[in-house]
This record gives sequence, C-alpha cells and structure tokens, in this order.
Amino acid sequence: MSDIFPRWTNKIPLMVGVAAAVVLPTVIAGITYYFTPKYTRVGYQPKQPVAFSHAIHSDQLGIDCRYCHSDVDKSWFSNIPASETCMRCHSIVAKDSPKLSLVRESYSSGKPIPWVQIHKTPDYVYFNHSVHVNRGISCVKCHGEIQKMDEVYHAKPLSMGFCLECHREPEKHIRPNDLVTKLDWNGEFDGKKAVHDWKVQPGQSCSTCHR
Amino acid sequence: MASPGKSVAVKAPEPPAELVRESLVLNNRSLGWITNAIAGVCEKPMPIWWWPAFIVSVGGMLTMFSLIAYLVSTGVGVWGLNHPAAWAWDITNFVFWIGIGHAGTLISAVLFLLRQKWRTSVNRAAEAMTIFAVACAGIFPVFHTGRVWFALLPGYLLPAPNANAIWPQFRSPLLWDVFAVSTYGTVSLLFWYVGLIPDLATLRDRSKGVMRRFFYGLFSLGWTGSNRHWSNYEKAYLLLAGLSTPLVLSVHSIVSFDFAVSVVPGWHTTIFPPYFVAGAIFSGFGMVLTLLIPLRSLFKLEDIVTLRHVDLMCKVLLATGSIVGYAYGMEFFIAWYGGSPYELYAFKNRAFGPYWWSYWAMISCNVISPHFFWFKKLRTSVVFVWIVSIFVNIGMWFERFVIIVTSLHRDYLPSSWGYFTPSWVDIMTFVGSFGLFMTLFLLFIRFLPVIAISEVKGVTPQADPHHPLGGAKGHH
Repeated sequence: MSDIFPRWTNKIPLMVGVAAAVVLPTVIAGITYYFTPKYTRVGYQPKQPVAFSHAIHSDQLGIDCRYCHSDVDKSWFSNIPASETCMRCHSIVAKDSPKLSLVRESYSSGKPIPWVQIHKTPDYVYFNHSVHVNRGISCVKCHGEIQKMDEVYHAKPLSMGFCLECHREPEKHIRPNDLVTKLDWNGEFDGKKAVHDWKVQPGQSCSTCHR
Repeated sequence: MASPGKSVAVKAPEPPAELVRESLVLNNRSLGWITNAIAGVCEKPMPIWWWPAFIVSVGGMLTMFSLIAYLVSTGVGVWGLNHPAAWAWDITNFVFWIGIGHAGTLISAVLFLLRQKWRTSVNRAAEAMTIFAVACAGIFPVFHTGRVWFALLPGYLLPAPNANAIWPQFRSPLLWDVFAVSTYGTVSLLFWYVGLIPDLATLRDRSKGVMRRFFYGLFSLGWTGSNRHWSNYEKAYLLLAGLSTPLVLSVHSIVSFDFAVSVVPGWHTTIFPPYFVAGAIFSGFGMVLTLLIPLRSLFKLEDIVTLRHVDLMCKVLLATGSIVGYAYGMEFFIAWYGGSPYELYAFKNRAFGPYWWSYWAMISCNVISPHFFWFKKLRTSVVFVWIVSIFVNIGMWFERFVIIVTSLHRDYLPSSWGYFTPSWVDIMTFVGSFGLFMTLFLLFIRFLPVIAISEVKGVTPQADPHHPLGGAKGHH
C-alpha cells in the first residue's frame, strides 16, 4: 500500500495543538475585553443640548445633588430637573448667557430640553434609586465622580457583575446616610455595623432585580 | 467453510461436548468472509430501498430544523406547553431519546467488562444509535429554553467566568443534567470512534476511490495493525469501557433527579433513579432490535447477528421490562402506603384522570409486551420480536409523557389545574427528530462498518491460536 498522506501531515496534531493554544486564549481575552460593559459602556459621553457642567454646580458651588434630582430619595426614578429648576437661579444669574438660550426657550414654551440619557438599566432590570440612596449608597458608587465632570460620561460599567459586587459585600460600599450626596467623602465608617443596624439585605436571587 | 488446516502434529485437548460453546458466527464463516460481508455493506452501492428511506428521513430532519427556526424566531409559545404543564413533549422527547442511548453504552461498555462476547456483533450499531439518540435528545432541552443564545453564554449552562458575575445553580439537577448528558455524549463518541479505528483502516486498505482512501485514511489515524497499535488500542478501549460503565447508571439517574429532586406529587420519589435506568435500558434494547432486525436481513448479515443475539436481547428486554413493571406497581403502593393525599391523588389521576389513555397505553406496551419473552419460540421469531420492540418504543415514550404531564397538570392547587394539548409544532418536531435520527443512521450504514469487523473476528474460533484452525495456521 502506498502512502496516502505526505510525511509532513504527521505534524498536523502538533500544529493544531499549538494553534489552539495561541488562538483560544486570544479569542477569550478579546471577548472578555471588547465585549463586556467595561469596554462597551464606560466612556460613553454624548454631546448634550446644553453644556451643563456638574463640576461648576456641584463641586464649585456645592449645590446638593437633590436640589435638582429631587426625587432620587423618594422614587425608583432619579428625575432630570425641569427647566423651571434651572430658572430658579438663572432668572437672576447669567440670565442673558447665550449658553442658556435653550433653557429659556424650554422654560417659556414648556417643551423639555432633549437631554441624552447616559446611564440606563435595561427594561428587564428593576432598579430603585431611593432604596439605595436611603441606605448609604452614594451617587458616586454607580455614577463615578460626577462632581468633577464638565460633561457627564459613563464612568462605571453598570454590568450585572458590577451590581453583584456590592450586593455581595455591601459593607465595603456603604457610608453614613447623611453623606450620600457628599461625593468627595472618603472617611472611616463601620460598614458591617451599618449593614446590621439598618437591616441592609441586598438580595442576590434573580428576582431581586429581574422581576 | 474454511478449508481444514494442514495436519496438526499436537492436538490440544478438546473440552467435553456439553461444554463446547456454540460459535457466535454461524456456518463456520472464515475471517475473510466476515470482512467481506461487513465491509461490503458500505463499499457496494446502497440498495434501492435506501434512497426513499434517506429522502424521507432528510425531509423529516429538515422539517424539524425549520420548526426549530420557527420556534426560535417566534418563541416557545409555538409549542402547546404552558402553565401548569410547563414541561410537556419537549422533556418527554428528551428523556425518550436519551433513554434509548443507554442500550449502546450497556452493550459496548458493561458487556465488554463482563466479557459477554456476543456483544461484538451488535455493539457498533448500538453505539451509533446511542450517539444519534443523544444528538436528538440534546435538541429538546436546548430549544425549550426559547432564547437559546443565552444557553450558550457562560454562566447560564456552562460554569465559566462572565461579566454578569454569576454561576449556574450547582444545587439544581438541571445543571447536573448538562454535565451528565454532555459527558455521556463525549465519552460515547470517543468510545465509538476508538472502536472504529481498526475497521476504518480495513476500509482504507480495501478502498479504491481517492476520496474514500483519503477520508478513511484520515480517520484511521495511520493505523497499521502493528502490535504496538493493538496494545495501545486495547488499553484505550478498556479505559473507555471503564469510563462509560458508570455513565450507564449515572446519566439516567441524573435525568430522573430532574423530577425526583422537585416536590411535585408523582415525581418526588426515591425509586426514580433505578426505575429510570431500567426503563432506559429497556427502551434502548427495544430500539436496537427495531434497527438491527431489518438491518441483518436487508444486508444478509444473519450469520453474524444471529437468532442467538436476538434471543439474548429479548432476555434483557424481559428483565428490564419486569423491573419497569415492578416500579409501576411499587409507585402505586408507596403512594398509598406513604399516606400523602397529594401523592395518592397523583397516581389515581394517572390511571383514571383525563390522561387515562396515556397511562393504559404505557401499561399495555411496557408491562404486558415483555412477558411474551418468557418463551424461547417467541424470542427467536424475528418478526414477532420486531413488532414487540416497536411497542416497547411506543410504551417508553408514553411512560415519560405520563410521568411529566400527568404530574404537572394537576398538583397541589386545584385552581391551577389544566390540560395540556400538543400543538402541531410539538408533533412535527418530534416526528422530525426521528428524521434526524434515521438520517444519521442511514448515513452510518452508507459510510461506516455497521458491525465491528475486528471484534467479531476476535471471537471466532479460528482467531484462537489454540484452535485447530486458529492462529496463522488456518488463517486466510
């Protein structure tokens, strides 16, 4: 019987093995890096219709988050302020600034400013702002250091793994309730005690968020 | 008949006549005849009947694939299942197909370790049947998830790190099932393939066409039949037989846990694992007989797959069928003896509730039919055995339907009772799965040796070096 295959084919198993050893980890690493929210979401910074700066309002002027996002501690939804809220100050401060023309227009016409939503949980996720904000979870935990942003961008992955990180170990993320909107706070706090005393029981079952 | 060997100088002592075993291959066929008979099946063009059979099977397979596409694009609602029977034909079909596979593993692994030499004539086809049945089985649980792509993502079925930071529920038998079935599929495939290698080399060496030579050559992995090859091969085969043996028991035990670990009346019983395993072997041997009886006569292999093989497999049917019948009785006894009104109701409802017809179909097929095989005359009447084997297949499908649907449709709360009716998609998907199964089996007949050539030759008398015609002396 003559040979069916040339001699070099004996090396095919080795070549396949070596190729697999190179290709597989590359593919896995590529997917892990490029196809997870850490890459796909973080850094998203759309152009907003009005150049509102959180850095000026929150950090420089020290306006509390809840002055504008007034329902965040009462509702599942953290509201975007109506232009009336802006005009409370801007009818006096910088009242003729061309940067604010859209705000004035919205105020007089009643048509909302078309802000572009950046942080968005999917439809199949039930997320409640008030329960977090009222139990010592600061805005920075999910939104990043928003007080330093001139233009808001997506700072944290907000993946399911990101949520679970905190739900599994809330004591590492909790802070005194009155410091929730003190975004640059970085003090000592007995998280374990707070979790116990405030009866913080972050669920980890599917139905906690996927109701 | 083989020509007698040259005069033998020293004759080995003959065993007493009553201890001489009947030869497994009839008519004292020579080794060369065996090779020609088996390899001839896939070397000659297929007989005329093969083509209509193949076309019909492919049609069934394509029907199933299109209905699966319909299901994926529309949603699981195209099946008839819904609350309260959220499992119905899908899981019935899954258990049905996975059960059928068990005969292959039993024949190839357990009978190998127990040195039951008769297995050699049937193990190849039975193992092929196992793999094709597992392929059919896998389709149903995968697609009953609806959005199947989630089943593929790490963290849902496969434990692998993922951005959701979740792991599958390790306490759930549904996850154990994923491992049980995928291990079973992998080991069965390897076992089948390793066993095929010497025969593929035989086909390679006999083949004339370039394509055949290439593909048989590729898959026979350079087999030369050297002592070293045989020694490695036999070690690998033994190891795989050892690995497969626990799987015969574990896979269907774990499938039964899908039910037994829950608290649904009619499911939550400890008898389930042995009862399921016996039922699986029962159904598997039913399917082996359904396939092999026509195969042996259509390809004139009656000297290799003999009436003795049919007889022995019928005995397995009788034994496992009796265990299954006993389990049905014991379930009823425990339902009464256990004192749980829900359990008792579940069983009364099985026999006399709205699904009474499925229960009695199961009883008549599974409890009555194997007991014909107490009689040797019936065990060796191939037409009769073939008909009974079909009833075994039907009965075992109904068994799974009875267990799943009658338990679910009425459980604790009468307000949530319901009645399941299959949709046309349910029915045609199941019918189509037979198309897939038969397509694979017909392709197997077309391209691979349906009987393990080297193994059958190994159990013939002339393969024994001590035999007067054995060893190199009478070999030709």
